[in-house]
Amino acid sequence: MTPPDYEYLRKLLREKSGLDLSADKQYLIESRLLPLSRKIGLSGISELVQKMKDGSASAITQAVEAMTTNETFFFRDKVPFDHFRDSIMPEILRARTSRKSMRIWCAAGSTGQEPYSLAMSVKEMGAATAGWRIEILATDLSQEVLEKSKAGIYSQFEVQRGLPIQMLVKYFKQTGEFWQVNPEIRAMVQHRQLNLLHDFSQLGVFDVVFCRNVLIYFDQETKINIFNRLAKATEPDGFLVLGAAETVVGLTDVFKPYPERRGLYRPSGLPATPTGTSTGSMAPRAAAMARL
Amino acid sequence: MQTCLVVDDSSIVRKIARRILEGLNFQVIEAEDGVDALVVCKRAMPEAVLLDWNMPVMDGYHFLSHLRRMPGGDQPKVVFCTTETGVEHISRAIEGGANEYIMKPFDKEIVLAKFQEVGLIEVAA
Repeated sequence: MTPPDYEYLRKLLREKSGLDLSADKQYLIESRLLPLSRKIGLSGISELVQKMKDGSASAITQAVEAMTTNETFFFRDKVPFDHFRDSIMPEILRARTSRKSMRIWCAAGSTGQEPYSLAMSVKEMGAATAGWRIEILATDLSQEVLEKSKAGIYSQFEVQRGLPIQMLVKYFKQTGEFWQVNPEIRAMVQHRQLNLLHDFSQLGVFDVVFCRNVLIYFDQETKINIFNRLAKATEPDGFLVLGAAETVVGLTDVFKPYPERRGLYRPSGLPATPTGTSTGSMAPRAAAMARL
Repeated sequence: MQTCLVVDDSSIVRKIARRILEGLNFQVIEAEDGVDALVVCKRAMPEAVLLDWNMPVMDGYHFLSHLRRMPGGDQPKVVFCTTETGVEHISRAIEGGANEYIMKPFDKEIVLAKFQEVGLIEVAA
């Protein structure tokens, strides 16, 4: 990819999606846009850029989609998984000791890295979870993405970011240049297509909800609406985990921050926040946040 | 400032690694092979070693064995960075005392993730 092409794409992505790529992200553009170029019958990124410059709305849309969706990796941001291991799991294990079952929902499961990271975390707890029925449900808007998640096959590049090498050896099988999650870990995760904008009450109630880096794409009213419904889908003593750039503060009171655990929230028991009014003046400027 | 010893017989790889590590606020020392690297470690133990596997004179695996037996040699965090991507090599490296493992090709994101994993770089809360 030529430097002018890269600059053109950087500028276009910033304008169209708020995605702000630093100067050293050529590999990321190549890894996403080269397959797209081939898919639409072009020889490479230069031809794709030319098509975009010629005003092809379809090429621009597809390029922006390819760059802004499904960016995820194992144990992304690390801290939420430390909270899961050190705060969430001990509390839930204590509270559910008589029934020995818990339900975890990855509301933006994407290509599987998050639900499988949770499954591996559970497995790493060993005897503490022995005899428990632990359900991990991964949902995503895209069926194509869910199919990748179900297969659990990742490139060398994908397994190197966030996944400790010991876990790679322990929970994956190497197949040529790819790595597949072991059947035992795959079996811990159920998949289901779901649009968060639609009713999800049929999924039931969960002890833990991971809903990270997806609400940043929605406007304020939609966020409030989703938070109201997530509160109904979370056990009164359950947990909600949001992304690093997300918060409920200033939007709704149905969840309250967990003390000294950034990104971690619990249901407050307060009634749903009416849409059309937010609860404070600190509404986050999340619209410009990108997933990278 | 923490020091990272980059051990690789390719001057291009050393140059790329230097640029990445200096961008992560490490002071970088270079060595062309395992023997060269042991001399550096005897002089002063680095906090981190980014280590190639296949090198002339002494390979990365044998360097690691020698390092871990040296006084203070249990201190550096050793991260392999190699084209040997088979699970047998990875398992052997872990058993030999490596803290992490990077499969080439690599980039800044991967180095950052691995250095965070072994505690050389703090993860933002």
